[in-house]
Amino acid sequence: MFNEKIEKMSRSEMENLQSDRLVDVVKRVYDNVKYYRNKMDAIKLKPSDIKSIKDISKLPYTTKQDLRDNYPFGTFAVPKKDIIRVHASSGTTGKLTVVGYTKRDIDDWAECTARALSMAGCTNEDVVHISYGYGLFTGGLGIHYGAEKLGAMTVPVSTGNTMRQITLLKDFEASTICCTPSYAMFIAEELQKLNIPVSELNLKRGIFGAEPWSIEMKNKIEKLLNIEAFDIYGLSEISGPGVSMSCGDEFGLHVMEDFFYPEIIDVDTLEPLEDLQSGELVFTTLNKQGIPLLRYRTRDISALDHSECKHCKRTLVRMKRVCGRSDDMLIIRGVNVFPSQIETVLMNIPEVIGSHYKIFVDRAGFLDTMEIQVEISENNVTDEVKSIENIRHRVEHDMQSMLGIAAKITLVSPNSLPLSEGKTARIVDRRKI
Amino acid sequence: MLVNQIAVFLENRAGRLLSLSKALSDAKIDLVSLNIADTSDFGIVRMITSDNEKAMQALKEAGFVVKENELIGIEVDDVPGGLTKVLEGLASSDIDIEYLYSYAKSNSAKATILVKAADLEKANKTLKELKFI
Repeated sequence: MFNEKIEKMSRSEMENLQSDRLVDVVKRVYDNVKYYRNKMDAIKLKPSDIKSIKDISKLPYTTKQDLRDNYPFGTFAVPKKDIIRVHASSGTTGKLTVVGYTKRDIDDWAECTARALSMAGCTNEDVVHISYGYGLFTGGLGIHYGAEKLGAMTVPVSTGNTMRQITLLKDFEASTICCTPSYAMFIAEELQKLNIPVSELNLKRGIFGAEPWSIEMKNKIEKLLNIEAFDIYGLSEISGPGVSMSCGDEFGLHVMEDFFYPEIIDVDTLEPLEDLQSGELVFTTLNKQGIPLLRYRTRDISALDHSECKHCKRTLVRMKRVCGRSDDMLIIRGVNVFPSQIETVLMNIPEVIGSHYKIFVDRAGFLDTMEIQVEISENNVTDEVKSIENIRHRVEHDMQSMLGIAAKITLVSPNSLPLSEGKTARIVDRRKI
Repeated sequence: MLVNQIAVFLENRAGRLLSLSKALSDAKIDLVSLNIADTSDFGIVRMITSDNEKAMQALKEAGFVVKENELIGIEVDDVPGGLTKVLEGLASSDIDIEYLYSYAKSNSAKATILVKAADLEKANKTLKELKFI
């Protein structure tokens, strides 16, 4: 355990630490960030009204739009000279959101990713191969600093050039790979194509994040690469990867709650929910200097469990692994559909390649339509229409029972919907609403 | 006689058949017979070529998934009633046909009917007994 004092801290000690830090951060943002001062003044909330972590629900929410409106540095709480690094995340629409880190922020973040790597079993004996992108994206550099802090041999490969990645994995005897789950699948498939048995690699574990993925996908990656797969969670607004990390427990990931205070809220009423209830995940950064955020709405759907983890005995609160985002959620004819549900169905049907799919949503007249394209697996291509139609019917049937609505299933040739080296785009929504 | 056929799965997308045809012509492969089973979403192209092995190689290199399987080829006189006789024979022996197509060379009095039977062995045996093949 990288930091046993924190990771096994009693609930009351943790609450004291969180309370001290919350009081401090609220005062800092009120004094230094015009945006927060205006927001708090508008609801007549003074920093002195926040006395402990229990008062957190009095604070206003922050959204991605707020960050965009204050682009680029409007929500920074320290002078620019104290910022030593920026990262940015691109949205599909609109401006970048920019985040800034002080020296202490970078150290705290490295502490989080070091804890995360250690939670997956990494030590200074390990070789950590990092195929997350290095650059404005937080994935690469975020894990990098943690791996170095842990003392592991850190291999900063970044994304792309899969052949070279495979060579390096082999030659440097990497024990740990960090990348997106879809890129892990991509590498596994390349290994198969090249007839390289996984036994030629020394991989023990993978640390995967940056996109939602199903349990079925996780099982498949574990089987294909013969590794243990761990979820890592994070978002640049809060710091980057390492906000929470899986220890192997089935329920979910341990949140570094001494730095990031999690809440779950009802998406419609915005009221905080109880443990185990499912809703939108919200974070308050308790120790951040560069860009502290109060009650930042992540759009990710999760649930919390404050009980001690049976798997690893850590007391850090667990969040359920994120299976979708409230803004990834498709509303089709009034029914909520998460892409991960679709993936679950497809991964359970061996006749199709469950990780190679694409979802098209459109509107015919006033009716939403959904088409799911999925690759038929090579062994199931035959000369007969009948057998291929049977596969299609099976997918159609299983999809209907999972989603509760019908989707048009289109089988396409193997390798026509390839995975990408970064995040794979899965959804095309052509509705003009 | 048994005839080797190759089959390719094609999704309904503009230009797919063209690229299949190009892959074959670039490899200088002659199509002896071609049949396309189409549904609203996909098609299965079945063909007999001058050189199946070379054809499969060329198609695979062009990114197609290719399967090879056997059909029964029945040579008949290229006259009215040629097909009917064969079908009567198959029907009387209770043999299910999955699909069927044919080819005829222009300078020949014979045509070949290609049959995919649900039970290849049984069909082969029956047709031999009936002296069709």
